[in-house]
Amino acid sequence: MRTAKATLIWVAIALVVAVPVAMAAASPLLKWRDAIYIVAGLAGVLGFALMFVQPLLIGGYAPGVPRDKTRGVHRLIGGLIFAAVAVHVVGLWMTSPPDVIDALLFRSPTLFSPWGVVAMWAIIVVAVMVALRQSLGFSPRTWRAIHTALVSVTIVGTAVHTLLIEGTMEPISKAVLCVLVVAVTVKVVADMRVWRRRARRR
Amino acid sequence: MTSAMLDRRRLLVAGGAVVAAGASGLLLPAMAQGLQPTRSMPGGSNNYRPGAPIVDRIGGGGFWMTGSVRRAGDGVPLSGQRIQIWAHTTEGQERDPQSHGATLTDENGLFRLEMPQIVPTFGQPHAHLAYDSGTFETVFLRPIMPSARDTSLEAHFVLQPA
Repeated sequence: MRTAKATLIWVAIALVVAVPVAMAAASPLLKWRDAIYIVAGLAGVLGFALMFVQPLLIGGYAPGVPRDKTRGVHRLIGGLIFAAVAVHVVGLWMTSPPDVIDALLFRSPTLFSPWGVVAMWAIIVVAVMVALRQSLGFSPRTWRAIHTALVSVTIVGTAVHTLLIEGTMEPISKAVLCVLVVAVTVKVVADMRVWRRRARRR
Repeated sequence: MTSAMLDRRRLLVAGGAVVAAGASGLLLPAMAQGLQPTRSMPGGSNNYRPGAPIVDRIGGGGFWMTGSVRRAGDGVPLSGQRIQIWAHTTEGQERDPQSHGATLTDENGLFRLEMPQIVPTFGQPHAHLAYDSGTFETVFLRPIMPSARDTSLEAHFVLQPA
């Protein structure tokens, strides 16, 4: 019974991630784009969809992952998201360098660009902090507060970036993904009471 | 007494004329400025390829890019002006040479060039247009289609002498 429930939850998680990616991969716009542009766009969609899994792992909503393995899986998926962002930005730069340079310099005509660029910088800082975690020497509580603040910027920035784009994502699956990613993040951050000065005793 | 009244009347008329002249004098500079020149739009020059050839049609056509070119100030239509057009279409990405073409304005300062259907790229369905022939200041436009399903798009230039 427990296994069945765990399986169902994982199927649901897989669907939340896979459906928007699959629908973007079926977009009619793709037939007018070259391979690099297609990969760049889909990497962005996949990176955003994977953000749904991250708070679930930390909040203990992903069944079947042993407590001691949670962090490792969270870090692995975090690495995938970071790689997806890199492929997204580099691929778009290869497709149209001036558009990406405008975005990075915050002078783009498109409203969604600065949201994406701020989200990118936040996740770069997250990645650097993860790489240097040992030497930074933050207490777990401080680490959690900083990490939560930064990934919140990435999640909100990416959600707005995505919603404002007229691109390959199918509108309904895009809206649902945005709501779900933001909702689980808010739920887990609230559960963990990140903003509390002292960790809650259990 | 009568002459004094006439003088006063004359004075009033003259004064009124001075006031009217002054008011029109204030208005004149604003009217002389007239039609303001179009400013280049952010990102307008992205993926520009200098020297796009003048063509009857870009690729297979099916989509109409139309617009006008006028002189700043008096708004006189400018004929024979070369307008370059490019976009991400069903036949190529913005950078591809086959996505670029140019046309000339007619005697009424109007231009229209048939091109393949524009499709959304980099988050918006949009086109790029350039005037850079040198007689007037260079202007790059980046109009956005209200809907990706539209089969035409307008862009208007008001140019000032270089």
